[in-house]
Parts: sequence; structure tokens; C-alpha cells
Amino acid sequence: MSELLTLSGVHTHIGRYHILQGIDLVIPEGRTTMLLGRNGAGKTTTLRTIMGLWQASSGQIRLAGERIDQRSTPEIARLGVGYVPETMAVFSDLTVRENLVLAARDGPLDDKQLDWVFGFFPALRRFWLSRAGSLSGGQKQMLSIARAIIEPRKLLLIDEPTKGLAPAIVMALIECLREIKRKGATILMVEQNFFAARELGDNVLVMDNGTIVHRGEMELLAADVALQERLLGLSLEAHQ
Amino acid sequence: MTDLAASDPLPKPKRDVAPVLLPVALALVMIPFVGSTSSWVTLTIASLAMGMMIFIMASGLTLVFGLMDVLNFGHGAFIAVGAYIATLILLPLAGSLQADSLWLNLAVLAPAALLAMAASGVLGLVVERVLVLPVYGQHLKQILMTTGGLIVAEQMLYALWGPQIIPLPLPASLRGSVIIGDIAIAKYRLLAMLVGLVVYVAIELTLNRTKIGLLIRAGVENREMVEALGYRIRRLFLGVFMTGSALAGLGGVMWALYREQVHASMGGDLTVLIFIVIIIGGLGSISGCFIGALLVAMVANYGGFLVPKLALVSNILLMVAILMWRPRGLYAVTSR
Repeated sequence: MSELLTLSGVHTHIGRYHILQGIDLVIPEGRTTMLLGRNGAGKTTTLRTIMGLWQASSGQIRLAGERIDQRSTPEIARLGVGYVPETMAVFSDLTVRENLVLAARDGPLDDKQLDWVFGFFPALRRFWLSRAGSLSGGQKQMLSIARAIIEPRKLLLIDEPTKGLAPAIVMALIECLREIKRKGATILMVEQNFFAARELGDNVLVMDNGTIVHRGEMELLAADVALQERLLGLSLEAHQ
Repeated sequence: MTDLAASDPLPKPKRDVAPVLLPVALALVMIPFVGSTSSWVTLTIASLAMGMMIFIMASGLTLVFGLMDVLNFGHGAFIAVGAYIATLILLPLAGSLQADSLWLNLAVLAPAALLAMAASGVLGLVVERVLVLPVYGQHLKQILMTTGGLIVAEQMLYALWGPQIIPLPLPASLRGSVIIGDIAIAKYRLLAMLVGLVVYVAIELTLNRTKIGLLIRAGVENREMVEALGYRIRRLFLGVFMTGSALAGLGGVMWALYREQVHASMGGDLTVLIFIVIIIGGLGSISGCFIGALLVAMVANYGGFLVPKLALVSNILLMVAILMWRPRGLYAVTSR
């Protein structure tokens, strides 16, 4: 399996704070990698640094072999990286349709792709011409993910997609993300909901204090309660 | 999660027509108060023409203020600079302007307006790079920087053109009126209405029917996310600022010809009126700005005719009334 994304010795400073302290990681193509860790471990900063929203102060980030750590955010996006931020960041004054039109940056919306997205998220069809700001939290999250997959992307960076959502919506979202996985997408996902992480993850990376402290297969971490407690402070079962 | 099948047609948006009906209702209500039909038509046409000119000037500010969240108190400088720059063509070619040929007059007017727009647009580029760029997102500093910019611009105009008011007569073919029955409609007002309509339609189509328009609206809300979708937003905002400035320059030329004079403080004098228009219209809304400009002009004209003493406060009263009805303006785009 080829390496799609690699981070080597990546450090990120935000103001006077040294957040990422030498991150080394590899994201294999076609797999879903979960990035876990306690609050403040540096998970969101890792995604934002990959996306170029915060500049790495040292180290290298390579996408399909090409260095992207000195590139601007729009350039990185155009290399095929889709980003779903923790805040969802839908454009609330634009309609659902307009949000998706913007995400399809290389031309008009593709009907087949749109039907595929509506298959996951039928609510988006229902609220097609409604302002995104009037959607519920779950619907906004769906729109945010739909925006990232409306065109084929090499890599999806998804930050806590289940945060703040009702359990029923979380289940629906997990089902959608599974389907996206089945289409062969490469995903790096930050997730605090361990149930969702176990359901979706192939690989797992655990962060603490700005470094990767564990890497391996999700299945193995899910089966090892003692390891979960050591790395995350709580076992997966406690979150089900 | 949904009631609709995948094959169902997509829903259509609802239209909010109440604000559109407001100027129409106001004009109709005024008929019995004004009394004479010819006076009412004259006042209404005057209102529409004045409203269109205010709209041209305010449309630039609503783009900059409403969409980009930049409090540009120096917007008036673009109006004045546009008017002064137009005199560089209009005054030396005064002979052609006074020739009794519409085409000859327009052949002088059009390049003057284009030059004014270009100069104001370039000034907008300089202002955005030098004064606004360092203070994006900082309203208080924006007010200080742009107000300072307005003062400097006015003093520069005084230094370059002198303190005196420059007379700017209307072109010969645009003087006088078209007479229909006992109703006289000033020709220049017809031109102002036509230009205002063209500007309105062009901006509306750009913002609502083009991807650039979507990007502008999205970028105002979340610049970072627009960049994460792969678009370079900085260049786009610079373009918007320059367009807003160029429109102010065009409005300056139109207003100067309407008043038949140019002076350095003309932009600053109009700034409060323009801010009232965009607040009434709803920040960032071109349609709201258009209706707001018409309402302001109608209240000024009807009010000036019926209760002259009310003219001083009529616009403020109008703004209070509108905001009591719709606290975010007629068609709010942003929630700021």
C-alpha cells in the first residue's frame, strides 16, 4: 500500500506556543486513519498544518511525494485535499446549493456525483435552496462533508465530525463515512467519539503533547483495554 | 432524515417582496398629499433619479462594508476624486459638451466617466493595500485609518485644484426636459435612472449568478474556508474594493453633473446619507441598497415638498422606522 501523506519532524508554533513538537506520521492510500488524543494534544493543529492554515515552523509534509509544507492553503486544496473543519464552517448566508457549487471548483456540479451525495445525505436535497444557516447541526455537518466529497479528492481531512450531534445522527453519519470509505477514499480523521473511531478506523495514531505516542491498527487498540487506558485515559467501552 | 425521494424536484426559494412594494406604496400614498398629478410625477421622477445616483455611490460601500466587513469612512474620497478626474476631460472639451448633438455629448461624457472610474478604482487599490489591509477585522482602526484617508484626500484635492467650487454645466442635449402632456421630466434624470438600473442589474447578476459573486459572499463569512476549498480570496477582495471605489467614482461624476458643480467635500457630505442607505437596505444587500436609496430619495423629495422643515431629519426618521420593522435592514445578507 503506497504512502499518500507523510509528515517528518513537523513542528508548529502558534504565537509563542509550541504546539506540534516533531510529528512523524504516514497515511497510507485508501485507508482511514484515526487521530486520537486528549483535548489539547495537537490533533486539530496537525490537520490545520497539513492544510496550510497554520504554517509548519520546521519539518516536511509530503503529499504523494510532493512537498506541500511551503504551499498556500488554496494550492494544497487544489492538489486534492478536502478539509472538513471542527466548526463545520458552512457558509450560512449561502444556500445548500451555493455551498456545493463553490466546492465543485473545477466546473459545474456533476449530476452523478450530486446524486451520489444525495444518496448519503437526502436532507441536503430537501433543503437545497435553503440558507445553510437554517440547517440543524447534523445537517450542517452533512453539508460540510458533502462539500469535501462533491469532487474526487486524494485525501480527506475530517475534524471531529460527530461532535455535538445526537446519537441517531452520529449513526447516520458513520454509515455515510463508511460508504465514502468503500469508494476508496483516503481519510485522516480526528475523533473524540471512540465508538465512531472504532467503527471507521483502519489505522490509529494517538497524540499527546504535540507528538505521536502510538501508531498501529485500530482493531488492536480496540481490543487492548489496558493500552486504551494508558494512551487515552479511558477505555473505548466507557464511551459506548 | 427527509420526506423527499431522490427523483422529486428540488424546492424553489421563497421570495420576500414586501420591501420591493415599499417604494411603490409610498409613491401611491403620496398622490393625495401632493395634490397635482404633474407635481407628483415630477417629484417621483426626481426621487427615482436621485435614488439611482445615491445607489450608484452606495453600492460600492455596501460591497465593501457589508460583504468585506470594512468600515470605509473614506468612501466619500472616491466620489470626490471621481468627479474631479472627470473635469480633466469635461472642462477642456466643454465646447463639444455644449454642442447640440447627443452623440457628441455622450462621446465626451463616456470617457470622462470611464476615466473617473479607473482613477477611483486605482485609488481604491492603493487605499486597500496601504490603509485597509493592515486593519482587516479591526473596526475602530478601520474608522481611524479611512477617516484620516478622507481628510488627506480632500486636502490633496484642495491643493491640486484650489479651494473654489468648479462649475460643471450639463451637456447641452441633457439640459431641459421631455414634456409629456403637462408633465416635465428632466432629461438628465432619465439618464441617471438608466445608468442606475444598468449598474444594479450588473451587480445583482454578478453576485447571484456567477461563481465570483458566490465567492465574495462566502469569503465575507469565512475567508479561511474559502481558501481551504482552493480559492485565492485576497485577490478577490482587492478586486471588490477596487470595484466599489470605481462605482463611487462613477456616482461622483453623476452627482457632480446633477448639481452642476464639483467641490472637494462633496464626498464627505454624502457619506452619512450613503451609510443610512446601506443600513436601511441591510448590510451587503445590493437589492436592499437599491430600495433603500429610492426610499431615502423619495422621503427627501416628498418631504421637502410637503414639509420642508422635516427634510433635516427625514432620513433618520426613515431609518428608525425601517429598523423597527426589520432590525437587520430590508434584506440583510450579513448578521454584523
